[in-house]
Amino acid sequence: MAQSSREIKRRISSISKTQQITKAMEMIAASKLRSAQETVVSTRPYYERLTNSLGTALRAVEQAGEDLPEIAQRRGDDTHCLLVLAGDRGLAGGYNASIIRQAEAFVREHPKTEMVMVGRKVRDHFRRRNRTSLAEFVGIGDEANLRTAQDIGHVIFDFFEHRLFDNVTILYTEFINTVTHRVTLRNVLPLPEQMKVVKSEGPEPLYIYEPSIHAVLETLVPLYVNASVYQALAEAKASELGARMNAMRNATDNAGELIRDLNITYNRARQAQITKEIAEIVGGADALQS
Amino acid sequence: MATFTFEVVTQDRTVVMTEVEYVLLPGADGGFGILAGHLPIMASLDIGVIEYGPRHGKRRKIALGGGFTEMHDNKLTVMAHTAELAEEIDVLRARQAKQRAEERLADRKADLDITRAQVSLQKALLRLEVADKD
Repeated sequence: MAQSSREIKRRISSISKTQQITKAMEMIAASKLRSAQETVVSTRPYYERLTNSLGTALRAVEQAGEDLPEIAQRRGDDTHCLLVLAGDRGLAGGYNASIIRQAEAFVREHPKTEMVMVGRKVRDHFRRRNRTSLAEFVGIGDEANLRTAQDIGHVIFDFFEHRLFDNVTILYTEFINTVTHRVTLRNVLPLPEQMKVVKSEGPEPLYIYEPSIHAVLETLVPLYVNASVYQALAEAKASELGARMNAMRNATDNAGELIRDLNITYNRARQAQITKEIAEIVGGADALQS
Repeated sequence: MATFTFEVVTQDRTVVMTEVEYVLLPGADGGFGILAGHLPIMASLDIGVIEYGPRHGKRRKIALGGGFTEMHDNKLTVMAHTAELAEEIDVLRARQAKQRAEERLADRKADLDITRAQVSLQKALLRLEVADKD
């Protein structure tokens, strides 16, 4: 008998308390995930309409043979801004780790990268490695908040306008379904070429641009940056909750398995104890009779 | 009178979606009105008031924190940075924001971001105007 039955009993009770906690965390994540999923779905139409309008305006400039306004132009491939979206807290399986790994790879590939970090885990990771960031956003909660997204978008657009970097990429986790999430790099600026592809059928309506097509583009680009940030943030938050839910479900299952094994060990130990006692009694009785 | 579909959306919600006769928008170069059957148009919008409703008579107001508008197929969409209906405005918060911005502009410290303070003041004043309080 390796452990005394009292010790085993104590371990069982400690594991089942942990199991209760992981179970509760799983359910909390699951209920938050539902509203996070709704946010993801509701951000898509806005984003699509905005990129459609942007595409129309870009094509109009091209057809007129004019130059694009400065903020819509491609400037160079050297300097980058990487916006990393990850979580504030752990206990979400590999969620933060895979984002950080990808961020490291990006920085290695593009040495001239300025980082904007969202989430305590990424911030702490890069701070330990003495890597500076342009801006940090921590403690933003479990919901994608529009104000936060606008603040982030504003910071990035401001620096882009002041030519601190020529390219903006968002690194986030795309939410495919509850169990599948994909770490994704999305190029935001300069405006991707595929934006100019015509999406609707038929002849294109001829638009009036007020006060000018350049002014319209200059309004649209920051709106588009904010929309991209908000959408990515919504996806990242939903993925984080999904990852946490799965991690906690696995933990709960593992705890259940451990408890089952320990129960068997405990019963065996108890049985062995009883057998031993009977043997002792029988032995004692035998000794008295003889 | 002829109507058209009018919609104001921010990223997290649809503020309003309705059939109207007339909309007055705060364009970058001054206000302009839209009636049904307007030609396709895209326009930059400033911080200001949107009015919508009947051509003549009482109209409803929205406080707009800047954005973009597009009209085509008799549908006018405003994509806003922020937008609030008059009854949604938190008057207390707007008053506080106004006071804060005024204080910041009054004692000009070296690191003051003047444009930002001015924009906050402008937004606070606009909210109070739309909510019809001061």
